[in-house]
Amino acid sequence: MAIDREQLLHVAHLARLELRDEEVERLGAQLNDILAAVSKVSELDLSEVPPTSHPLDVVNVFGADVPHESLPLEEALANAPEREGSAFRVPPAGS
Amino acid sequence: MIDTLRLTAEQASELVRRREISPAELHAAYLEAIAARDPELHCYLHVCEEAEGEGIPIALKDVIGTRGIPTTAGSRILEGYVPVYDATVVTRLKARGLRILGKTNTDEFAMGSSTENSAYGPTRNPWDPSRVPGGSGGGSAAAVTAGLAPWALGSDTGGSIKQPSALCGNVGLRPTYGTVSRYGIVAFASSLDQVGPVARTVRDCAFLYSLIAGRDPCDSTTVDLPHPVELPEGDDLRGLRIGVPKELNEAEGIEPGVSAAVARAIERCRELGAEVGECSLPLSAEYGMPCYYLIAPAEASSNLARYDGVRYGYRARAADRVEMYARTRDEGFGDEPKRRILVGTYALSAGYYDAFYGQAQKVRTVIRREHDAAFERFDALACPTSPTVAFPLGARTQHPLAMYLSDLLTIPSCLAGLPGLNIPCGLSEGLPVGLQLIGPQFGENTLFRIGHALEQALGFDPVPARLRS
Repeated sequence: MAIDREQLLHVAHLARLELRDEEVERLGAQLNDILAAVSKVSELDLSEVPPTSHPLDVVNVFGADVPHESLPLEEALANAPEREGSAFRVPPAGS
Repeated sequence: MIDTLRLTAEQASELVRRREISPAELHAAYLEAIAARDPELHCYLHVCEEAEGEGIPIALKDVIGTRGIPTTAGSRILEGYVPVYDATVVTRLKARGLRILGKTNTDEFAMGSSTENSAYGPTRNPWDPSRVPGGSGGGSAAAVTAGLAPWALGSDTGGSIKQPSALCGNVGLRPTYGTVSRYGIVAFASSLDQVGPVARTVRDCAFLYSLIAGRDPCDSTTVDLPHPVELPEGDDLRGLRIGVPKELNEAEGIEPGVSAAVARAIERCRELGAEVGECSLPLSAEYGMPCYYLIAPAEASSNLARYDGVRYGYRARAADRVEMYARTRDEGFGDEPKRRILVGTYALSAGYYDAFYGQAQKVRTVIRREHDAAFERFDALACPTSPTVAFPLGARTQHPLAMYLSDLLTIPSCLAGLPGLNIPCGLSEGLPVGLQLIGPQFGENTLFRIGHALEQALGFDPVPARLRS
């Protein structure tokens, strides 16, 4: 189940990770080792076993519908790398 | 004169209560210890010279959000980030008067087993600074052992509280999934992440757990404890049945010195009156690691999507927005988060989801069932926490899979959502060995009882030999 350079770049793009050439080499090799190890899960026939998404027996937890103060604008924007007025400023979407 | 190496949180609270020392004086004593020893050990990423509160100090792993105090999760991508609200656990500690001493080092986003993945440099083991303290919560564990905090909070996804406690020789609890709020915690893998205490004694550990546990309306995955936390007092184990899972005690890679110390501790349980018997967790031992290294990265790839350079944290310069996201993430994340994001994205992508993530979730059911069956016969299970004692810095950094094996024995019960307590049970090659006690869901009180009785019987000296005066 080896993953080649093209697949790696595709996955990196899905994850919005720009990888440098050196990283493609190094992380690619490590990734293949990791995928080979985790592929072990496919040895088991579990067609009749239900999945576990989390280990707690709680479903549909509802909160009380009580209005409360939101974070003040200045605090919400306090960590912004760049802001403009009451908004987070980002570069324009390109092509 | 306060000996922070020996002082327990219980003793410290008593000194403050009797007004023999003021909270500010106590805080200052720890700052002095930090100034003396932390330049070598690097447990702290941020030290709070000033703090409010009429209680004793506590250190917090740097994945725990603290209002007005930098919180980096050991990552460059959060350098300079200062939360504008407290995590619920912090709110609860402050309500009890606890003073925040500082934020402790961690592998980046709690991903690792040695703290060597911290973007701010590794923490060193107080028993031997050429060795790692374990991880990801190596900063909290080393700080408690080195007398740089009376106790601390950590977080545990696959062993990040238990394993560093084992390698540093102190007490660490990974609580039952759902008993401690994650609101305000930097998320790694949400179906696994748990916050828990690190302390010098089992009683301190139990008391700290009682302060943070319970339902939080801000975290819908929390529940109230079915019974209150009991501070352990007794010194016998009569009436308890302790299971010894064969595969977790005989796994390949367990050092002989670790096996020997754990076997002696288990024998001691028998002498204290427990009924000890063998049990078996074959699939958990064999498939736990591959299952974990699919589920945790899959959830991490989703949780770490928020680091996009838009609202907080690091932003790389770029003329185009998508380029900005991708470059921010390349420059801001270190290797381990990148590996996990890539593995996780791959395991969740169309065409691979069923074979990887879906299959891992089914393996998780199998692991839960195996543990359920064991707890029909036993009140607790015992095995080593870490297969090895603390290893030298650099020994596993070039081999991600070798590093992953550090958590071989802690992972299965994490997947099952069960509580696990590490207590030190002896030395091998002059370094601490950790005993892992695993309980059924909400079985913390039983773990505290066993841990406390063993602690008294074993008489382990938690102060590293090189620091004893």
